[in-house]
Amino acid sequence: MNPVSSARSEGAGNGARASWFYNPQVRGAVFQVLVVLALLGVLAFFAYNAKTNLERAGIASGLGFLSERAGFDISQSLIAYTNDSSYFRAFWVGLTNTLLVALIGVFFATIIGFVVGVARLSHNFVIRQLAAVYVETLRNIPLLLQLLFWYKAVLSVLPSPRRSLEPLSGVYLNNRGLILPEVIREPGSSLTFYALIAAIAVAIGISRWARKRQQETGQQFPSFLVGLGLIIVLPLVTFLASGMPIHFEYAELKGFNFAGGVVVNPEFMALLLGLSLYTASFIAEIVRAGILAVAHGQTEAAYSLGLRPRRTLQLVIIPQAMRVIIPPLTSQYLNLIKNSSLAVAIGYPDLVAVFAGTVLNQTGQAVEVIIITMLVYLTISLITSSFMNWYNRRMALVER
Amino acid sequence: MPNGSIAYVRKEEAPTLSPPITETGLVGWLRDNLFDSVGNTILTILGILFLAWAVPPVISWLFIDAVYVGDNRDACVVENAGACWAFVHAKFGQFMYGRYPLEERWRVDLTGVLLILGLAAAAIPQVPFKRLTMLFLLVVFPVLGFVLLTGGDVDLSWSFWLGFAGLGAVLLAIVFVVCLNAGLAPLGPVRDVGLGVLAIALILAIVSFDFGLRPVETQLWGGLLVTLVVAIVGIVASFPIGIVLALGRRSHLPVVRLVSVIFIEFWRGVPLITVLFMSSVMLPLFLPEGVNFDKLLRALIGVALFASAYMAEVVRGGLQAIPKGQYEAANAMGLSYWQGMGLIILPQALKLVIPGIVNTFIGLFKDTSLVLIIGLFDLLGIVTLNFSDSNWASPNTPATGFIFAAFVFWIFCFSMSRYSIYMEKRLHRGHAR
Repeated sequence: MNPVSSARSEGAGNGARASWFYNPQVRGAVFQVLVVLALLGVLAFFAYNAKTNLERAGIASGLGFLSERAGFDISQSLIAYTNDSSYFRAFWVGLTNTLLVALIGVFFATIIGFVVGVARLSHNFVIRQLAAVYVETLRNIPLLLQLLFWYKAVLSVLPSPRRSLEPLSGVYLNNRGLILPEVIREPGSSLTFYALIAAIAVAIGISRWARKRQQETGQQFPSFLVGLGLIIVLPLVTFLASGMPIHFEYAELKGFNFAGGVVVNPEFMALLLGLSLYTASFIAEIVRAGILAVAHGQTEAAYSLGLRPRRTLQLVIIPQAMRVIIPPLTSQYLNLIKNSSLAVAIGYPDLVAVFAGTVLNQTGQAVEVIIITMLVYLTISLITSSFMNWYNRRMALVER
Repeated sequence: MPNGSIAYVRKEEAPTLSPPITETGLVGWLRDNLFDSVGNTILTILGILFLAWAVPPVISWLFIDAVYVGDNRDACVVENAGACWAFVHAKFGQFMYGRYPLEERWRVDLTGVLLILGLAAAAIPQVPFKRLTMLFLLVVFPVLGFVLLTGGDVDLSWSFWLGFAGLGAVLLAIVFVVCLNAGLAPLGPVRDVGLGVLAIALILAIVSFDFGLRPVETQLWGGLLVTLVVAIVGIVASFPIGIVLALGRRSHLPVVRLVSVIFIEFWRGVPLITVLFMSSVMLPLFLPEGVNFDKLLRALIGVALFASAYMAEVVRGGLQAIPKGQYEAANAMGLSYWQGMGLIILPQALKLVIPGIVNTFIGLFKDTSLVLIIGLFDLLGIVTLNFSDSNWASPNTPATGFIFAAFVFWIFCFSMSRYSIYMEKRLHRGHAR
C-alpha cells in the first residue's frame, strides 16, 4: 500500500528481522481482502433481508412480470400501445418518450445555449445584460420549480380550446396543448423524401470534394450555397413533379375540443421548455468560457491576416473554443438526459413515471424495476459519453 | 546652427484639446456600446423593444397590481389582479417551518442562528480560529442541531450500550495485538483509539439524554427547514465519503480502485430521482424486519450517497492538482499513507477545491427540491401543497407561490455562487508567480 513503511524497518535487506506488518505487498493484499470481505458481507446481508422480506410479502422475484398485461393507459406514446399491452411494452413506451424529450431538449438547449453564450460576450450593452440576466436567473432556480412553473402557472392558465390562441394560421395553443396541422401523405410522397435524402448525400459529397480541391489547389468553391440550393430545389421539384402528394390537414374546433391535427401535450411542452431553457443557461456559460479561453492573440493574428470578423469567428475562434467546450458540454447533455426524469412531477409519461411509477406500484416488484431503470439510465449515460468522447478525440489538438 | 534662425519652432506646448464629444462621455459610450454598426444598432433597438414589451407588464403584475393584504382568496380574485402576496404572507410560517409546532419554532430559529454564526466565521477569511470553527461546524453543531430540532432523547437500550462497549473493547484489543505484533509501543495508539471510542460514546450520551425538549417528529418538519436539513446533511455526510472515494480512485490497490470507480460512476450515471425512489422503496426491503427508518432519514441516505460521488470527483480534481513532489516529499519524510494524506496532501488539495465544493453544494441545494416527489414537503413541496388550499385558490396563486419559492432558492444559490467566485479569485492568487 505504501512504500514508506518498508523504509522504516531497518535491516530489511537481511530479511530476518523485518516484520510482515511492514511489507507493503502484504499490507496491500490484507487490506484488499478486508475490503472485498466487507463488501460481500454487506451485500449478503442485504440480499438475505430482501429475500426474507419479499417472501413474507408474498412477492415473487424475477422478471416474469414483464410479460403480464399492463392494464393502464399512457397519454403519449410513439409506439403502438393499449392497456392490453404487456408491462414490457409499457417500459418501451416510457423509454422512447424519455429519449424523445431528451433528444429534442438537447437540440434546443444547444442552440439557445450557444446564442446566449455568444450574446454574453457581445459588444452590445443591452444584449450582453439581457443574456447575463437570463443565465443568472435560470441557473440559480431549481429545474423542478421551473418545470412546475411552466406547467401549472403558465400552460394550465392558457385559454380553453374555444378561445385558443392562434400564433400562426392553423396552429392553436390552449390549455389542452399545442395543436399542429397534421401532415397527410398520399401515395408517391415517399419520392420527395428520397429526393431530400439524395440531395443531402450529394451536398455532403460536394462539400468534401470542394474541401479536398481547396487543400490541393487553393481554389474555392461555394459548396455551402450549392448544397443548400440542392437540398431545397431537388425535393421541391420532385414534390411538384409528382403532383403535390403531401398536404396539411388543419385541426377543427368541434364542440369543446379540436378534432384532427397533431396534439403536443402540455406536459411535453412544459418539460421541453424547462429542460431546454435550464440547460441552455449552463451551456451558455460553457460557451462563454470556451470562447474566452482562446487567447486574444489568435483574434489579432486572424485580423492581421486580413480575415473578416465573421470568418475569424468561424475559422479561428470557434474551432479552438470547441476543444474547451466539448467535455463540459458532454456532462450538460448527460445532465439533461438524467433531468428528463423529473417528468414524473408533471405527469409526462417518461421511463421513470411509467416504469418506476405506475408499473412499480401495480406489481410491487421494487427491486427489479428500480434496478432496470437505473441500468437504462446508466447505459444511456455511457453511450452518450462515449459518443462525445469520440467526437472530442476527433476535435482535439493533434500534437506531435 | 543657431536656434533663433528657425522661425517656425514652437516655444510653448500646444493646448491639450479635449477628445471629440463622440468619443467620450455618454455619447461616446452609447456609440461604442450600442450604435457602432448597423447590425449593432438593430440589435440595440430590438433589445430595447423587447424590454419595453416585457418589463412593464411584469412590474405591474409583481408590484403595482399585486394584492398585499387579505385574509382569503376574495382579495386575490378580482379583475386584473396581480400577484397574490397576501397568500405568501398568510402561509409564510408554513413555508419556513412546515407543520413544526408553533411554540417550538424558537428551536429552529436558534439552530439557524448557530448555523449562520458558524458559517460566517468559517466563510470570512479574516476571522481567526478557523480550526475551532470547523470543529464547531462539523462536530458540535450537528449534535446540537439534532438535539434542538428533534428534541433529542433517542431511545438507546441497555443492550445497545453493552454492544457498543463490547465493540470498543474488541477494537482496542485488535489495536493492542497489532501493535505488539509490529513491535510498536502499544500505549499511544491504544490511547488514541480509546479517546475516539469515548468521544463517540459522549455524543451518543448527549443525543440520548432527556433535556426536557418536546420531541418533534420529522413528519411535522417542512418548508425551508427540510430544504436546508437535506442539503446540509447531504453535503456534510458526503464530504468524508467523497474524500475516501477520491483517495480510493487514486489508490495503487486494484481492488480498491475498481470498487471506487464503480461506485462513483454508478451514482453519477443515474438520476437523483431514481436514487430517491430506491432509498424510499428499496431500502426498507434491504433491512431486517422491524428496523424501519423514517422517511426523511431514507431520503438523506439517498442524497448523501448521490452527493458523495460528485464530491469524490471534485476532491479528485484537487488531488490531481497537487504536484507529485508533494507526495514524494511526504513519503521521504517517513510519513505513513494516512499521515501523508492527512497532513500534507489533503489540506492543500481541499483548499484548492473549495469553489468546486461550493458548486456541488449549489447543485445539491437545488436538487433537494426533488424530495417532494417521494412525499416530503420541502420549500417547493409545501408551496405546491398550499395551492390546493381552497381558501386561497385563485388564478394568480400558483404563479405567486412559485415566484416566492424561486426567489428564496435564487437568493441562496446566487450568493453561494458569488462566494465561490470570490474564493476562486482569492485562491488563485497563491498560485500566481
